[in-house]
Amino acid sequence: MVAVRYQTAFRLYPYAKVPDQEATAPRRHPVVIVGGGPIGMGLALDLGKRGIACLVLDDHDGVGKGSRAICFAKRTLEICDRLGCADPMVEKGVVWNLGRVYRDEKEIYSFNLLPEEGHKRPAFINLQQPYFEQFIVEEIRRQQAAGAPIEIRGQNCVTAMVQMGDHVRLDVDTPDGPYQIEADYLVACDGANSPVRAMMGLDFEGRVFEDNFLIADIRMEADFPVERRFWFDPPFNRGETALLHKQPDDVWRLDFQLGWNIDRKAELDPDRIRGRVAAMIGADIPFELVWTSIYTFRCCTMKDYRHGRVFFAGDSAHQVSPFGARGANGGMQDIDNLGWKLAAVITGQAPDALLDTYHAERKHGAMENIKNSSRSADFLTPRNPAHALFRDAVLDLVEHFPFARPMVNSGRLSVPCTYDAGPLNGPDALPEGPARSRPGSPCSDAPCGDSFLLDHLRGDFTVLTINTGCPAALTIAGKEIPVIAVSTEDDPSGPLAARYLGTCPAAVYLIRPDQHVVARWDRLDLAEIESALHRALGKA
Amino acid sequence: MADLILAPNLENTDDFYAELLAAHEGLSEAAMHALNARLVLILANHIGDQGVLRQALEAARAAAR
Repeated sequence: MVAVRYQTAFRLYPYAKVPDQEATAPRRHPVVIVGGGPIGMGLALDLGKRGIACLVLDDHDGVGKGSRAICFAKRTLEICDRLGCADPMVEKGVVWNLGRVYRDEKEIYSFNLLPEEGHKRPAFINLQQPYFEQFIVEEIRRQQAAGAPIEIRGQNCVTAMVQMGDHVRLDVDTPDGPYQIEADYLVACDGANSPVRAMMGLDFEGRVFEDNFLIADIRMEADFPVERRFWFDPPFNRGETALLHKQPDDVWRLDFQLGWNIDRKAELDPDRIRGRVAAMIGADIPFELVWTSIYTFRCCTMKDYRHGRVFFAGDSAHQVSPFGARGANGGMQDIDNLGWKLAAVITGQAPDALLDTYHAERKHGAMENIKNSSRSADFLTPRNPAHALFRDAVLDLVEHFPFARPMVNSGRLSVPCTYDAGPLNGPDALPEGPARSRPGSPCSDAPCGDSFLLDHLRGDFTVLTINTGCPAALTIAGKEIPVIAVSTEDDPSGPLAARYLGTCPAAVYLIRPDQHVVARWDRLDLAEIESALHRALGKA
Repeated sequence: MADLILAPNLENTDDFYAELLAAHEGLSEAAMHALNARLVLILANHIGDQGVLRQALEAARAAAR
């Protein structure tokens, strides 16, 4: 028996019996991914495209209902571009750049998310999570048809697991009864309440925030502008906050802060919710409720994201408040980091030690996300009189003085972290180079000929040369490394030079498969690149 | 890093102190707290140096009875 925990929006991988279930001895799989949400499916797609066989086990047969995560950041779209599934997301998604902040009925300031030109992808799109997952699965289906070794088993629920030294043994329940399989590596992408984490008895510690929020996703045909509107203390939700945000299909996300001591059942009464919505958008605008939910949140993390052959990615490893859209976006950065490392170790190109750096780097990223989202929560949900005192002082000041604008914190929107002092970083031998492209940083996109720079970084270690001659490929330590040779003439508009050269006349970058910078130099030196590559593969 | 000035630095200490009290005249206790919070933020922005501000926070905490 496999319990139904939630309704599905799209049935994408119905249960089907497989030979593993009849096998006399458990079959071994190189990578088993538990959980078919965006993080698990994203990892499966990345591994499959690298030719690494992987099996996704999900206890449902499709994508969970409800909009849930709706804000997908530029970095996520860049990762999805590399995975081949960003186009339908951007096509379907709502692009927004403008945010307005109100106090009571008055606008106190507005902000533009992307004041910078020269990126292929927008700062953010709004897209209901079921679509995001569906587009990843559709790309998986295309890759499977082209021979990628990805398998998805719906209604396969992991009920027990044991680490056996050189593998993990799993008990899996299905509508046809239980069976066992083995995995060389197991990746738990099974969400904030991770059953795998619970089976292993592992910690998940942090702060609970004493507040409730009501989500009401409504469908209405209103010509409200496409922008994020945030209210402090509005007349329709006195003493609390509220948010209005557009999604595709004429759906709007309304988010009401409710406070801590509420009658949950009464607040979820559809008539009561309709009353709240009408008070917010105006009584004369017809709408229909699409999805409602009350959530509380915590900021938690596991101590270690790697336990032997088991890895945790996404919400199973860390959970953040929703302010800043750092949940799903942070999780996509996890799998961006883990995919190439697993592939390199499984194919014998890197030692096991490379996998330890997944924890080191992504814990760093998660702590940055927790820090930012906790600070937003402290601003929105003052926990003591001092929090409230200074929050109100900021809101008083912001109407009069621009200096207070950056202090208003209604969410610091997700940006990828830089792995400063990361274990895989090489030298920064371009001392005058732009700080944003220092070792450990995610490559900034920039116009490049008739495309964009990140289009050329396709998931392998790559050498990027700017204004310096170089062959089309380099052979380093017996391995062919692709070279992207560009010049400032490839981008007369300027961002390429501004983001990679600064005042330097030329530069050479070694870039990781996940588009983070390993090292950079002012000239091409093969011995230096070989040494940095060695280190970036965890061999140093 | 700049050091927080903890030696006397005001041109006319008594004048400033009187103006500080005058600004609080007639305010409720809650309004006084709010005024001081705004004042802290305005001065912090003017100072701008996080190292100096950190020293100021430490000095203020250390002087509590």
